[in-house]
Amino acid sequence: MTREVAAVALVLVSHSRELAQGAAHVAEQMAPGVLVVPAGGTEDGLGTSFARVEEALERAADGGRSVVVLADLGSAVLTTEAVLEMADEELAARVRVADAPFVEGAVAAAVTAHGGGDLAGVLASAQQAGAVFAGSGQGPAPVDPEPAAGEPDVDGAVRGRAVLRNPLGLHARPAAVLARRLAAMDARVTINGVNGASVLELMKLGLVTGDAVEVVARGAAAGDAVALVVGEVEAGFGEV
Amino acid sequence: MTLDVAWAIDWVRRAATAVVEHREELVELDRQIGDGDHGENLTRGFTAVVAKLDALAEPPALVGDVLRLVATTLMSTVGGASGPLYGTAFLRAAKVTGLPALGPDGVVALLEAGLEGIVARGKAVPGEKTMVDAWAPAVAAAVQAAEEGAPASEVLGSAARAAHAGALATIPLVATKGRASYLGERSAGHLDPGARSSDLLLAAAALAAGAQL
Repeated sequence: MTREVAAVALVLVSHSRELAQGAAHVAEQMAPGVLVVPAGGTEDGLGTSFARVEEALERAADGGRSVVVLADLGSAVLTTEAVLEMADEELAARVRVADAPFVEGAVAAAVTAHGGGDLAGVLASAQQAGAVFAGSGQGPAPVDPEPAAGEPDVDGAVRGRAVLRNPLGLHARPAAVLARRLAAMDARVTINGVNGASVLELMKLGLVTGDAVEVVARGAAAGDAVALVVGEVEAGFGEV
Repeated sequence: MTLDVAWAIDWVRRAATAVVEHREELVELDRQIGDGDHGENLTRGFTAVVAKLDALAEPPALVGDVLRLVATTLMSTVGGASGPLYGTAFLRAAKVTGLPALGPDGVVALLEAGLEGIVARGKAVPGEKTMVDAWAPAVAAAVQAAEEGAPASEVLGSAARAAHAGALATIPLVATKGRASYLGERSAGHLDPGARSSDLLLAAAALAAGAQL
């Protein structure tokens, strides 16, 4: 099966080979159309390797793709910056290093890239991933429930409700399915009060089997968006 | 004495020897306030550098060629943060030393470029208990010695002595950059391993130039 590969790829640079590969697997599972290249560890074990990072960047950027890099600790960031300083200028211009939490940033960036996000959008998505956890214990950052000026008012909102049936609830894979499909639609959608296009906010809801999913959508595709969410939830995301 | 390609190669070999001799000391310093791998990482890096030098069919033509070989080898083999930090220092130094030999101003340019590389990569300023605390006084001492008309070897000697004093002066400091910063106040009372290894590298450069330390 051939897949269309997103225009923005990710490189995950870690001290640990296993950590980079594990994070890449998680991100790929949620955004199968995105090229995610892990670059972790050195020949001998823990640490970061200039050569591995350089190779990963070249592979990710092949064919004109842009690249967002996520790095974990100290030397991962420094090595990435050193690689970019020595890299071909044309390549370096297509690369951004995200100031973002490693795993959450990779997941958020991958989902945005899968939805067709451009370099700036994917970078912003990674960098906003940290904010989801900033107010830990106080729920997700508030989402404006009112439409902005010039859009249909509250009466124009389309609502829906369904109860989660699949055994694991709204876990990572279904959250990613909803987020990336909603992100591609011409609608602003909230699910239980959080942004439906944000995979991290959906996961943070922690909805389990039997929980209700309340959807509110506004915009041209509002009806389609609600139908999509209700349909997926009622179908158990293919897991029942 | 002339600070030519032979000097640069001698510097690098002496630096490798010093790193290997002080491996346990660097490991212990880093174990106290970091992740304990500084001695191992630098030993691996400089051992690879010496192997590259040994494999050369003939010596490079320019001082900067030697420093560039050091830069690329350290960046690919060290693994820890000192790889990109020293790698960038040697790379920037290589860019300003594309000459067969260095005079006093050439030494100053080399050290300034090295410091700039470390600062650009590590974003540390003096007083944060890092390599910069050895390099910044070394550059200041080199500039002063060159202005006073010292020969190149003595410019390097002044720099090395200042780096040593600067490294020792990191002992009471509280780290605010790098892995040691996670320890906060507990980082005080320990010599910074990066400042210590910088001290060793610059001492090797001065000794290769025939300076007294």
